[in-house]
Amino acid sequence: MNAARTVAVIFRREFAGYFASPVAYVFLIVFLALAGALTFFIGNFFQRNQADLDSFFVFHPWVYLFLMPAIAMRLWAEERKTGTVELLFTLPIATWHAVAGKFLAAWLFAGVALALTFPIWITVANLGAPDHGPIVAGYLGSFLMAGGYLAIGSCLSATTKNQVIAFVLAAIVCFAFSMAGAEVVLGLIRDILPQDFVNLVASFSFLNHFAEMRKGVIDLRNLLYFLSVIGVFLFATVLVLDLKKAE
Amino acid sequence: MIEVQSLTKHFGPIRAVDGVSFSVAKGEVLGFLGPNGAGKSTTMKMITGFITPTAGTAAVCGHDIRSAPIAAKARIGYLPEGAPLYADMTARGFLNFIGASRGLRGAGRAKAVDRVVEIAQLETVLDQPIETLSKGFTRRVGLAQALLHDPDVLILDEPTDGLDPNQKHHVRQVINDMAPDKAIVISTHILEEVHAVCSRAMIIDHGRLLADSTPAELEARAQHHNTVTLRTLAMPPDGERAALGRLDGVLGIEEGGSAGEPVFRVIPQEGANVLPAVTAFVAEKGWKVDELRLEQGRLDDVFRELTAAGAAGRDAEAA
Repeated sequence: MNAARTVAVIFRREFAGYFASPVAYVFLIVFLALAGALTFFIGNFFQRNQADLDSFFVFHPWVYLFLMPAIAMRLWAEERKTGTVELLFTLPIATWHAVAGKFLAAWLFAGVALALTFPIWITVANLGAPDHGPIVAGYLGSFLMAGGYLAIGSCLSATTKNQVIAFVLAAIVCFAFSMAGAEVVLGLIRDILPQDFVNLVASFSFLNHFAEMRKGVIDLRNLLYFLSVIGVFLFATVLVLDLKKAE
Repeated sequence: MIEVQSLTKHFGPIRAVDGVSFSVAKGEVLGFLGPNGAGKSTTMKMITGFITPTAGTAAVCGHDIRSAPIAAKARIGYLPEGAPLYADMTARGFLNFIGASRGLRGAGRAKAVDRVVEIAQLETVLDQPIETLSKGFTRRVGLAQALLHDPDVLILDEPTDGLDPNQKHHVRQVINDMAPDKAIVISTHILEEVHAVCSRAMIIDHGRLLADSTPAELEARAQHHNTVTLRTLAMPPDGERAALGRLDGVLGIEEGGSAGEPVFRVIPQEGANVLPAVTAFVAEKGWKVDELRLEQGRLDDVFRELTAAGAAGRDAEAA
């Protein structure tokens, strides 16, 4: 059987699995409420009086910091807990088929959550005449960033059978990836480390790459960055799972 | 169809499976016996490719599970211990998912699902979420899942665990029906099951193979195999009792029961059959016999002897 079809089979089961419990709907509501509240109350969407969605996108890395690990934590930890991982890995499929299928399901679920924020785009389009370019770029960047967080979450979910541990570990690593670009952190290391190293750390940051994208710059480097993060962490997921088989 | 070569698995310092080799041919039903923690499940998990062996390998239908895992797995139907299933799916959805991931599509898959639904008698629960099913039905969904692609090799880890007697009977029936066309390995610690379904039995303990033969041969190794038990209505004279002990092939006599209803156990020398001699002797002396029985030796006894001896031997080794 070809790889794409196998990945699709895993993907479909996993994606349906999200909606099999009320947790998915709770998640969607929390995400939408949080994104809305932050935009309007903390981001001062109206007071800024600007026809753009920057006050909406600017909070995404922080919202994702908690919500993406929440989506990803079940990916492998739950399979391990219930023992179904034994069923899955004695089917004639490769480890990476399962990893890819599950990741894509989580990513699409995050995509659904993101897509449901469309009323805010309609709002801004009605109130003013926004430049739609940066909004499209912002959505694309946000979606890619979500993928990065989810890939990290997938990898850490594979290390444990406890979903809570998977969540906490993923949140910590995601936090590190976000904070790498924050001025607080960079300011701290700038005094003690050479500039090249500081730049390197900053270049690993989700924040900086996403910031460029929500300004409307769809740079190949930013796309590549997020896709590489996803690729690397999915590869690490496969390694962790294969390693666990030998334990 | 299954070739296992020096399969070994270490979990840290523990040798869970220690150089196990065997092969299973088409038509054989191999019963894997052993106490809890003996290495039965670990061996099965290695053959099915769920865990990687520390050393050794297994081949299924000529496909090595380490170098060609996907080809090997495609030929195995596996029921893991405890029958883990995706509880949020319906039985039908689950079987369709397993079918799809095994490359079955369209009408072929529908036919395969119908077939196993009939075998496992799942018609009434097909559209219920698996988490709402009873233990018996859950186990049968697990069995159906293992049979879906009509595999050449079936590996069932405690297939009747937790089932009621009727369900056990049904599952054994299913296994017996399929036996001629497949190589089947089942693990169990219910010894009656070995009689019911297995053409061959293997006893494993602490990761080592202790015995490998037919259930009947194993029973022949029991201490009381071919012992003749005799109950009489009155205590025979001392001289006659002593004469019974001197019959050809008799190793000794154990006396029990009460004075009014004594029981004699005539223990034969190894390989001897003392039943005809005992019958003739009793008739000649005119004993009033209430019961005369040839003991087959019980698998339980052999099992306990072998596994207890293994434990003692290891303790000595460790000391």
